[in-house]
Amino acid sequence: MAKWIKVKNNTKINLSDIPGMGIDELRRQIIELAKRPIGFFGKDWGFGCVRLFVILADDANGDLYLSSAIFGPNDKSYESITQDVPAFHMFEREFYEQFGIEPLHHPWLKPVRLNQDKYPFFEMEGEEVHQVAVGPIHAGVIEPGHFRFMCNGETVYHLEIMLGYQHRGVEDMMLKNPSNQLAESINGDSAIAYNIAYSQAIEALKGIEISNKAQLIRKAALEMERMAIHIGDLGAIAGDIAYLMGAAVFGATRTLVINTMLSFCGSRFGRGLVTVGGVNYDLSEAAIQDALKTFDKVGKDVDRMVNTMLKNSTVMSRLEKTGTVSMERAKEIGLVGMAARSSGVDIDTRFDFPDKWMGELDIKRKPFKASGDVNSRFKLRYKEVKESLSMIRKIFDKLKEYKDEPIIAEGVNNNYSSDAMVISLAEGWRGEIVHIVMTDINRKISRYKIKDPSFNNWYGLALAVRNNGVSDFPLCNKSFNLSYSGNDL
Amino acid sequence: MLDTLKARIYQGKQFIKDIENAPMREQFRGFPVLKKGIDTSVCEGICPTGALNLNPLSIDMGKCTFCGACERACKAIDLTNGYKLASTSREKLIVTPETTYEDYLKSAVEVKKEIVKMFGKSLKLRQVSAGGCNGCEMELNACSNVNFDMGRFGIDFVASPRHADGIVITGPISENMAYALEDCYKSVPAPKLVILCGACAISGGVFQDSEHINREFLDKYPIDLYIPGCPVHPLTFINAILSYIKDKK
Repeated sequence: MAKWIKVKNNTKINLSDIPGMGIDELRRQIIELAKRPIGFFGKDWGFGCVRLFVILADDANGDLYLSSAIFGPNDKSYESITQDVPAFHMFEREFYEQFGIEPLHHPWLKPVRLNQDKYPFFEMEGEEVHQVAVGPIHAGVIEPGHFRFMCNGETVYHLEIMLGYQHRGVEDMMLKNPSNQLAESINGDSAIAYNIAYSQAIEALKGIEISNKAQLIRKAALEMERMAIHIGDLGAIAGDIAYLMGAAVFGATRTLVINTMLSFCGSRFGRGLVTVGGVNYDLSEAAIQDALKTFDKVGKDVDRMVNTMLKNSTVMSRLEKTGTVSMERAKEIGLVGMAARSSGVDIDTRFDFPDKWMGELDIKRKPFKASGDVNSRFKLRYKEVKESLSMIRKIFDKLKEYKDEPIIAEGVNNNYSSDAMVISLAEGWRGEIVHIVMTDINRKISRYKIKDPSFNNWYGLALAVRNNGVSDFPLCNKSFNLSYSGNDL
Repeated sequence: MLDTLKARIYQGKQFIKDIENAPMREQFRGFPVLKKGIDTSVCEGICPTGALNLNPLSIDMGKCTFCGACERACKAIDLTNGYKLASTSREKLIVTPETTYEDYLKSAVEVKKEIVKMFGKSLKLRQVSAGGCNGCEMELNACSNVNFDMGRFGIDFVASPRHADGIVITGPISENMAYALEDCYKSVPAPKLVILCGACAISGGVFQDSEHINREFLDKYPIDLYIPGCPVHPLTFINAILSYIKDKK
């Protein structure tokens, strides 16, 4: 039997086809393959055993490599992979927390979501060294998390991020009562992306084919979400460098986008739009025309404001060379999504694992000159806003061809396939959102695993603030704008 | 400099002048209007949070995520674009076929003289996200943007609980945030308000069955205002606060 099977995203896999091997062999294979981890999680395999599933992404070819290893009741440890491939560090910590199997010699084996009172903080000693502790409740209206800075005067030596405050046990809840409403509440700023990832997985397990029209509406909604958040974040970055006009203008521009979403589906964040089997709301011709008019204005407003900002030397002096993550580091720790792209690692599941529309609509990846700093993340957001705008125009144009198609497919109440697994990817505005769903012999969901891009990227923020002033932390933080709820689940 | 000025002039004024009568798009899902005498059996088990009760027909806005599943399935339920949803009483959030929007607006928020006197001109709030998904948080941030400009009414979010007159809670209150939330509340000088914002905070919402939430805080301390929504629209939030702290007479 092969050591790995190559699978595609959003495709049903029979559990019996998934190879298994000893953990030592699996570890060797992972290091040899040198691919990007997107899944590394356990499942209770009965009789005290735990089966570890590993999913690696081959971005160049659009394949996913899947394999597994079984731990017997007495196997309570293994040699950690993180020592050789640092990108596994969060995955191994999570696996340890959920199943108690210890990755030996893990350099940073700390809690992920639970046992916060026992969290062993990294300590630094020295005459000039002091600590700054922030959170869980932050100064602004944002989600909770605890940050601890080790500083020498103004300069940050190290930032340690302790999360878990938002833990609601979503993965367990998904077993009992999975629903679109729960999926979109896992991480409310990526409601559409989460809902798409969830729906795609369930559709694959139930064998539902959704209409072209529904696919296109979903795709447009996903790009609108990306656009809205990116514009909002451009404003937030402007706000954090006290360039208030930028904050005001981008804030108002974002309102235009999310109000268009409201007119499409009744929610500013697109809640209730995506459902298993398709979408709940059709886009009328009038609504599309209105939206296109609004988006013309949005495009112009964003162009004008971004260019005004980029010409301003006081703005540039704050953005340039602040919070830099080098390409080598980004690859090493496994950054994903826009954080990776702004450090020059060009991974984007929209292009790496394309659906049929990327070809049909002739949507091409455009190069980006990355520098890894806040400036890079600012400019990447601007670039992606423009790309989303052009994608949405193409999608709306294409939608006309499928005017008469239904928005919801038949078969929504079908049973799940038994003993199956689906790996569903959706490129939210932060990066890849991975939902992995497994069913058992009774056609029930037996494991629901979620990976938010923030799970990979929080450590990138910690690296970004090294050797920067403490006062630049808010700026660095906003330039990433990572999710707490998506990480904590 | 000239570019900056040009951009400024081009933007002009963006704020909504009359926030209490601001128009809302038709598609918005807000106040539920229920009709009697229509078969609602298709709605059996359709509500993800148990907000919808079929016998007798009622919707608990404290649990409702306004997802629209029931509205799409059955003609007896219509989620109108009425966006003033807040109430000072948990019971009043339960809407029956007898409840009209006009009546609800008149009776839902009980205005107290001492509150109006104390906070009518200035209300500073500390927001605590306790398991919130960032939906309500983003909308609360939007309350302070140039469109809604909540600051003009003297209502602001502040950084420290010591500067605050009350707290706004979002999220179902995760176990891991329970201590920090109570700590924050204790740090607010009395007299202080507690405002629950969104379905999660009011009832647990879609997370009500989670084993990792701890809602003891809500039993211990009095709640002043309930603001339904999922997430709460900025107009819902601002009007809720205004109706509670401003004297209409």
